[in-house]
Amino acid sequence: MSGHAVDVGSSRFEPSTFQVNDKKLGMWVFLASEVMFFTGLIGSYIILRWGAASPWPMPGEVLNVPITAGNTFILICSSVTMVKAFAAIEEGDQKMLRIWLLATAFIGACFVGVQIYEYTELIHHGFLPSSGLYGSAFFTMTGFHGLHVTIGVLCILWVAMKSFRGSYSQADHQGVEVIGLYWHFVDLVWIILFTIVYLI
Amino acid sequence: MSAEGKHQPRYMAVFGGLAVLTAIEVAVAFMGFERRVTVILLLGFAIWKALLVALYFMHLKWESRSLKILAVAPFFPAAIMVIVVMMEKF
Repeated sequence: MSGHAVDVGSSRFEPSTFQVNDKKLGMWVFLASEVMFFTGLIGSYIILRWGAASPWPMPGEVLNVPITAGNTFILICSSVTMVKAFAAIEEGDQKMLRIWLLATAFIGACFVGVQIYEYTELIHHGFLPSSGLYGSAFFTMTGFHGLHVTIGVLCILWVAMKSFRGSYSQADHQGVEVIGLYWHFVDLVWIILFTIVYLI
Repeated sequence: MSAEGKHQPRYMAVFGGLAVLTAIEVAVAFMGFERRVTVILLLGFAIWKALLVALYFMHLKWESRSLKILAVAPFFPAAIMVIVVMMEKF
């Protein structure tokens, strides 16, 4: 990318080293800290499992893999609708921006709904955060991710509300781009979590 | 991405890739390969999918070199942390 100051909408700062506007740079720095946060969780999981004295449950033994695989697909779909929202406003298409944003928020909420269903079923079958290392690691990792998705849905609804007020334009749509980055990151984290927690 | 809006990746192709890789992953997990092979395959597919999301959906592919470094940087201290703690086992 050959970014220039004139191209970055209403940014008040000259993009320098990173050649992006200030909001986007801020989001990337935040995401870098989020990588550390989730690596802390995933790292603890790997270490706990590596050093566990008793055998760790195999894939599908405790967790419902088919439902979660479906939920993974749902989250991937929401990433596509998000990127479509961004593509729409890049073309200056306000209507499609609103539709895709609402679709993303809805699909994201569905993901959280399925996760709540999954938790309910697991708890019903006696698998709790207090069920040993596996239980506490599972609920901590997926719980923090679910919290991120929930916050993401609320933020997307906020951006959607602003889009109805006409806050974004073809020339200035940093808000859509920045929430998009966050949303895709949450999707990316789930891709890793799903593999490590459910399949391995 | 904002500076050059013309990079419109083929999002549906990336989506198809992610969906197919997810299906393959689930299949591999239950195919009963040797444990080590399964783990390596699954981690490989997961990293592949994560890269697809970062490069195309997050447009990292078209960002400046500095931003790419910013995005990759936190993985190094994270990897060191995990490796150092795991070494305790040996």
